Amino acid sequence: MALTRKFVDELRAIVGKDGLIVSDEGRLVYECDMHTFYKGLPDAVVLPATSAQVQAIARACRREKIPIVPRGSGTGLIGGAMAARGGVMVGLNRMNAILEVDLPNRCATVQPGLINLWLTNAVRERGWFFAPDPSSQMVSSIGGNVSTNAGGPHCLKYGITTNHVLGLELVTGSGELVQLGGVVADRPGYDLVGAAVGAEGTFGLVTAVTVRMLHAPEAVKTALASFTSMEAAAEAVSAIIAAGMLPAALEMLDSVMIGAINAGVGAGYPEGAAAVLLIELDGPNAEVEAQAVRAAAICRERGALAVRVARDDAERALLWKGRKEAAGAVGRLAPTYLLQDAVVPRSKLPLIMRQMEEIARRHGVLIANVFHAGDGNLHPLICYDDRSAEELARAKLANEELLEAAIALGGSVTGEHGIGLDKAKNLPLQYADADLNFMYRLRGVFDPDRVMNPDKLLPAHPACGEGFRPQRPVVPAGAWV
Amino acid sequence: MASGPASAFTGPDAPDLDALRKCVHCGICLPQCPTYHVLGEEMDSPRGRLYLMRAAAEGRIALTETLGQHVDRCLGCRACETACPSGVPFGQLLEATRAQIERHGTPAHRGLLTSFLYRVFPNPARLGTLLGPLRLYQRSGLRRLVRVSGVLRLFPRLAAMEAMLPDLPRGVELPELTGARGTRRGRVGLLTGCVQRHLYPHVNRDTVRLLSVAGYDVVVPRGQGCCGALALHAGRLEEFRGQASALAASLGGEVDWIVTNAAGCGSAMKEYGHWLPDVPAAQALAARTRDVSELLAGAHLPLGRLDATVTYHDACHLAHGQRIRTQPRDLLRRIPGLKLVELMDSDLCCGSAGVYNVLEPGMADALLERKVARILESGASIVASGNPGCLLQIQKGLRARGAAIEVVHPVDLLARALTERA
Ligand code: SF4
Ligand code: SF4
Repeated sequence: MALTRKFVDELRAIVGKDGLIVSDEGRLVYECDMHTFYKGLPDAVVLPATSAQVQAIARACRREKIPIVPRGSGTGLIGGAMAARGGVMVGLNRMNAILEVDLPNRCATVQPGLINLWLTNAVRERGWFFAPDPSSQMVSSIGGNVSTNAGGPHCLKYGITTNHVLGLELVTGSGELVQLGGVVADRPGYDLVGAAVGAEGTFGLVTAVTVRMLHAPEAVKTALASFTSMEAAAEAVSAIIAAGMLPAALEMLDSVMIGAINAGVGAGYPEGAAAVLLIELDGPNAEVEAQAVRAAAICRERGALAVRVARDDAERALLWKGRKEAAGAVGRLAPTYLLQDAVVPRSKLPLIMRQMEEIARRHGVLIANVFHAGDGNLHPLICYDDRSAEELARAKLANEELLEAAIALGGSVTGEHGIGLDKAKNLPLQYADADLNFMYRLRGVFDPDRVMNPDKLLPAHPACGEGFRPQRPVVPAGAWV
Repeated sequence: MASGPASAFTGPDAPDLDALRKCVHCGICLPQCPTYHVLGEEMDSPRGRLYLMRAAAEGRIALTETLGQHVDRCLGCRACETACPSGVPFGQLLEATRAQIERHGTPAHRGLLTSFLYRVFPNPARLGTLLGPLRLYQRSGLRRLVRVSGVLRLFPRLAAMEAMLPDLPRGVELPELTGARGTRRGRVGLLTGCVQRHLYPHVNRDTVRLLSVAGYDVVVPRGQGCCGALALHAGRLEEFRGQASALAASLGGEVDWIVTNAAGCGSAMKEYGHWLPDVPAAQALAARTRDVSELLAGAHLPLGRLDATVTYHDACHLAHGQRIRTQPRDLLRRIPGLKLVELMDSDLCCGSAGVYNVLEPGMADALLERKVARILESGASIVASGNPGCLLQIQKGLRARGAAIEVVHPVDLLARALTERA
């Protein structure tokens, strides 16, 4: 859909010459986010500086029925920030100011483009932090975290993004600027913040976020336990939780991933082990000490080869750097991969690991594993070479089978990455018709003309290309939603 | 993809598609990129630039003027390489891409000034000839006249160049051989460097002194030329290879190490192996090249007191190009009385980047402004950095703010603290 010259002029008048990108080369680099599999060229990219500019853009697009695609740092893993139907991409990364830090009231208000980690960096010396820590936190934006309701290693204990958002300023698809929620925790009326977090830009564009700030724990201890099999590691995870501990994080990596991370980040993970468990405990000093001893004992009982505790902050930071840059480090194994985000009930982890090995063998694909073992959130990276159509086909098959296996075990199609374009088609596996239709109508309240991020989050109707399909397969028995 | 569209890259030294494909589009490099910091646009980020290079390699786009602009605007600081977990060799890809653009015609917006710069800087003799009149110009009071009259405002690039010039020192003659003192550790050859030699000759003198005290015989081969870094970064590969081969021939004598005190030179010399795989002398030179801080870090230096609060700016071509961060800091910390305070964003480029500050003055100034602000916040009275380009740039920035902060090479401070007199 080519934009008219008049409309481009209008955009330029709103954001200024430096905020508008219409060159072929410029638009090209915005055709995908980290999920490079799905590409869609926007007709223009705008980089607004204020909420007022965002609102003016939304109004102009609604008037002309031109799609709007919000984008933060472009690190999404679900094809969320790509222009499936062209239109105007709104990059919010220049709106990256910390508007207010209000520690007495344990909150801060930031612009959506602020990089997640920068918020913690700004308050760390005062002993505070922002809890949601998706692995991309050194680059992903808080607006993007809000839109996908991002999780992260530490959400096992601290909860996902939605648990940390108090208020939102939102420019809706209807062009209105509304305040949802706010600093005070108990607000009367509908919990619209809860509805808008995770909306993936289908309700509108987030222009400010008020988030919960937390006191940094007194002590933090990080340990690495290595195992001879993924199953043994998975059993140790279940045993730790069954013993009544709630670690801040419980992450698992397989040998393929360990190799990539050591090569890419030099993180010094033990080579030769089939699985490594990264265990982080935090809280009051005495409690952390006692729990560390118990967790180590449990790992040894389950046949751990070795348990090593990080000696200092530098070693801890390096272990985490390795974990957080895992998805990037996989570039050392293969140029492209499909990244699955399925969830299984934690108790089913050993089972799904076995099934995964089987699936990988059957399709002859290399799978690197890194995942949030504590909450059963898998992240198999299925490697393939995109120059080979045949390899891609095999990777896709393995991907679909894995997803089905997870659902069959009572799991969910996505844990923390969101739905985007990638998973919209899988949603009917998990929701009933009535539920999906209702969501579709809710979307219409915020975005009556359906300009906001089309084709994302909700499955498309095969006939009219939008909305939800009225017939669907039955939800598998015992689906774990 | 057996018969896709033809690549926009042709001929020898084309950017390696497999290296380009290593980029998994994760974006981890974005927050480390100075131009992304300033502009906030994907095409001026490492990920975006790689995407454009790959699109050109795959024949999706041609080598357009716009592509050239985004590639030109890159500082070549390689901060993205340090950040990248996937091991994308950004510097080499950038240089190879620039070589392609160079081959397909010089971008219109550069022209004469560029070729003037690339001819003068890398030629120690020519640079010396040019600096002679400049010295006169400074001493004659003409400088004030020119500055006051605002002539320079009409020519922003000339202004950038003029403002960079510190007060020119008189040249320093270095002996061809300085013997080791104390326990002998080996024999080194010193690269005197085009800019270092003329603008900061005392840094070379101090380097010789320190190395000698550290136990090295120091040879300063006469008639050494340029390392070719500027040509390499500009994608003038032929010129670069000529300079590199010549340097390898003149410095290749009987020495254990080749020492540089200019980060840009050292970084380029360590890359000789990649660019001149068929020239054994160049390979050998690359393997033996060390930054002065690497050698001094392992040596005993008798250091006396120097009371000062110092901060350290990571030159891109030390921190990112050669992964040298701790050695210069550790050396400074060894000076009794010296308090080393960390500089925020110490490894974010100051905007110097070879002759970048002359070619892209707007971006360079934006980066310099940030750097100066951080330096002022640090509370240091001295800022140290291991690259003459950075020293020039930061000096210019501090002077513009009227700040009385000294800008020096770490070697300078070590030499001041040295108790053993040469
Ligand atoms: S960090 Fe490396 S892999 Fe990731 S986007 Fe940057 S260059 Fe590409
Ligand atoms: S070399 Fe420096 S300026 Fe160029 S893309 Fe990398 S980080 Fe950015």
